[in-house]
Amino acid sequence: MSDTCFQLKGSVVTTFILELYTFSLSDFTLQLEDKINQAPMFFKQSPVVISLDKITENITEINLDELLTACRRFDLQPMAFKCSHKRFLDAIKATGLTLLSENALRNLTNTPVAAEASHNIKNTDVKENTQLHKSKLISRPVRSGQQIYAEGGDLIILSQVSEGAEVLADGNIHIYGTLRGRALAGVKGNTNARVFCTKMEAELISVAGHFMLSDSLREKVWKQPAQVYLDEQILHVETV
Amino acid sequence: MAEIIVVTSGKGGVGKTTTSAAIGSGLALRGHKTVIIDFDVGLRNLDLIMGCERRVVYDFVNVLNDEANLNQALIKDKRNNLLFILPASQTRDKDALTQEGVQKILNELAESFDYIICDSPAGIEKGAQMALYFADQAIVVTNPEVSSVRDSDRILGILQSKSLRAETGAEPVKEHLLLTRYNPSRVADGEMLSVADVEDILAIPLLGVIPESESVLKASNLGEPVIFDETADAGQAYSDAVSRLLCEEVEFRFLEAEKKGLFKRLMGAR
Repeated sequence: MSDTCFQLKGSVVTTFILELYTFSLSDFTLQLEDKINQAPMFFKQSPVVISLDKITENITEINLDELLTACRRFDLQPMAFKCSHKRFLDAIKATGLTLLSENALRNLTNTPVAAEASHNIKNTDVKENTQLHKSKLISRPVRSGQQIYAEGGDLIILSQVSEGAEVLADGNIHIYGTLRGRALAGVKGNTNARVFCTKMEAELISVAGHFMLSDSLREKVWKQPAQVYLDEQILHVETV
Repeated sequence: MAEIIVVTSGKGGVGKTTTSAAIGSGLALRGHKTVIIDFDVGLRNLDLIMGCERRVVYDFVNVLNDEANLNQALIKDKRNNLLFILPASQTRDKDALTQEGVQKILNELAESFDYIICDSPAGIEKGAQMALYFADQAIVVTNPEVSSVRDSDRILGILQSKSLRAETGAEPVKEHLLLTRYNPSRVADGEMLSVADVEDILAIPLLGVIPESESVLKASNLGEPVIFDETADAGQAYSDAVSRLLCEEVEFRFLEAEKKGLFKRLMGAR
């Protein structure tokens, strides 16, 4: 038996994503130079994925060879394209670089390595992603007629939520008090979001659009500490 | 610097004006120079409750429009010389109120008064918002029934978000709960929310509980604030509330149903 020739291993590579909005060689070169001069060593020989997803609608053609040459001139290493617009697919094929699928790229941007790298760079999209996870803290009662929304993160309320009040979050909702109003977690479709409260008397509870009214809550957890979560498209409510 | 106290509720008919008159009179009786302003432009009532309706010449809106000065419009109470009333206009509507105008009047009053009581109109619209905007403290008048409690909750939300203190990020308006028309025997029968129920829902400190009483109606019709009637249970309860407003500790009274004696039961009296 011969020696093992190779081993396949899963790995994560840190890259930048260069999101192109529009392209003219002179402007692009100028702006890239400016960006790289902010941290020359950091960008040295960095692999780059070029995304054409955010390209301006009315642009039908881009000289990709010029784009790649410009990148290489600044010691970047373009390794792949990402593009959902059909009009550029042939041109990408002609460059010989890989076209990444939607899923592959999502994995890349969500790795912790990518998040770490963002601490070192200023003004990149990666940094914006980490800021989205900020949570909102409310320490006074949320009264009837008030609406509180925690965009991009969790909502934590250190008091009660009155009947006729509405609290919403893209993430989880934690209420350290009586919940008498409406609580909607995962309003942008996050099915992993949950609602927690120390005393359940809610009018309505919702996770990622699946909702439950007070009648169903009364049967199980009324006036008790409770959590609500989504499992297999079904909303579950239980005491905690 | 005067302390500005708004008496508000959201819901109508719960006893805002009665409370403004009683609390304002109570503060004056304790030696604090006090003015009560009627913010209910178009539905003037305070003058009737205070018994000074025949002495109204100029009003709040006249002063706002520089048609009269404050001293011409202020009415001195005939029972207490530390107590003044600034009546509302009956012929105008709430649009006559402007934030700058109200602020100017409040500033002028603050120079010579210890307390300014703002008697808010019902609702959550302009009139009510004007009355509470400059407040340092708020007395939220609530009846022990669900719709009044919900409206009070709503007005508390507005105090939290639309008052000057909220907008400038200053220390929040100090909130007090005043429960009026409280009938302990109906609470015992389960027909009315209890003090504990209302406190649980609104979660603000309790300033007073005013028992449902014939003396209140009688006082209103006579034009004499109920607090001047020292024998009335409602008058005593308001007096206790004034003490608590002045940070004194007073035990709550009139929370339990009066036990009927044998004689009363035999006579079938209530």
